[in-house]
Amino acid sequence: MNKTDVLIIGAGPTGLFCAHQLGIIGLSCEIVDNLDKAGGQCIELYPDKPIYDIPAVPECTGEELTNNLLQQIKPFNVNFHLNERVEELKKNQNRWHVKTSGGVEFDVAAIVIAGGVGSFEPRKFSVKECEKFEGGSLFYSIKDKSIFKDKTISIFGGGDSALDWAIELSNTSKINLIHRRDGFSGAESSVQKVKELNEQGKLNLFTKYQMDSVSGDKQIETVKIKHDEGEIKEIKSDYVLGFFGLIMQLGPILDWGLNINKKTVEVNTENFETNVSGIFAIGDICSYPGKLKLILSGFHEGALAARGCFKYAKPDEKLRFEFTTTSKAAQERLGIKK
Amino acid sequence: MAKITYHTHDNKTHTIDVQKGLTVMEGAVQNDIPGIDADCGGGMACATCHVYVKEEWLDKLPAKEDGEEDMLDMAFEPKNNSRLSCQLIVSDELDGLEVSIPSKQG
Repeated sequence: MNKTDVLIIGAGPTGLFCAHQLGIIGLSCEIVDNLDKAGGQCIELYPDKPIYDIPAVPECTGEELTNNLLQQIKPFNVNFHLNERVEELKKNQNRWHVKTSGGVEFDVAAIVIAGGVGSFEPRKFSVKECEKFEGGSLFYSIKDKSIFKDKTISIFGGGDSALDWAIELSNTSKINLIHRRDGFSGAESSVQKVKELNEQGKLNLFTKYQMDSVSGDKQIETVKIKHDEGEIKEIKSDYVLGFFGLIMQLGPILDWGLNINKKTVEVNTENFETNVSGIFAIGDICSYPGKLKLILSGFHEGALAARGCFKYAKPDEKLRFEFTTTSKAAQERLGIKK
Repeated sequence: MAKITYHTHDNKTHTIDVQKGLTVMEGAVQNDIPGIDADCGGGMACATCHVYVKEEWLDKLPAKEDGEEDMLDMAFEPKNNSRLSCQLIVSDELDGLEVSIPSKQG
């Protein structure tokens, strides 16, 4: 059981800065995120795209912003629990008992949801029968590539994941790469490599095809793919891999008794608390009149939510407003030596 | 104003006057037309405002920018007449446009 003052759900820019604000006022926190690294949408959707509207930072990429925020919270030694999704919240007297998908448990005074537009989940095939094979012979990510040795694998998608795996697995497996159009969104060098492998007969490339159906008993045996013009091909396959990027889903947040409006959580603008006492929501996931989905708004919301958490974490103490330029306590927490 | 018709998956038809300059996505979101999630808010960073454009309108639309086709790879059941509605800016030329919203976005 991890005991801390505040649990932050989401390691995007808003969650990271909220951790900073909690640290400054002397509260401890831990952060959970469903992705395998911090940064949220900044890292997952646009690591290389420049952002131009962070105050006092004329231009930076999503990756730079994330690294700077991580640097900024370094003095507070915040614990990250990555690849974990918060599943359950239970009120336990004045505190919250929280459980994640991987079984990590927390005992906290308050919770800050900085979950963006929900947790990132792989996009799946629209063909219904795929569900039956998921996790057995159909995957959206690869954990153990050794199972594919000497097998026939049909890979769907045109981005870097699809191309990279097609190239890598073509060394030890028979690969069919299927994509809905001639163009690819993956790196040009990978596209060239795939085309070479196709010409050398080391990989079969099918473009302008999409999945029509999968069939098999316990394991997938054949996949039917359909051309834009309607022609259907049947290909033998031991495994099917789909790489269609990620989609954002609210997931378990829907079950926590919060007021949800159009996939966002309603909050007050005084301290960004939700209708449930002790649960706050900040960043893209919160809504209130005039809400702007900007990173800078998330920073503001995080600063106020952090102060809102104080009364739950330290009910017997009074929070005084202080500036980091002059507050001795804040500077000590930041580890500044004079 | 231009009239935009949205055919939703529940077989309903919504014809809305959408202000010029707004996107077809914004027209749907502001009028509570179901099925357009627009998770990224119009940044061409997701594919949850995906629509099918009625064939006769395809040629009249602005060409796809780099990146739109890449995002459409991620859409739910993309077809040849798929577009991201956040990239379709409403103008006089699009008065009468008809789009269908897929059964789901993810």
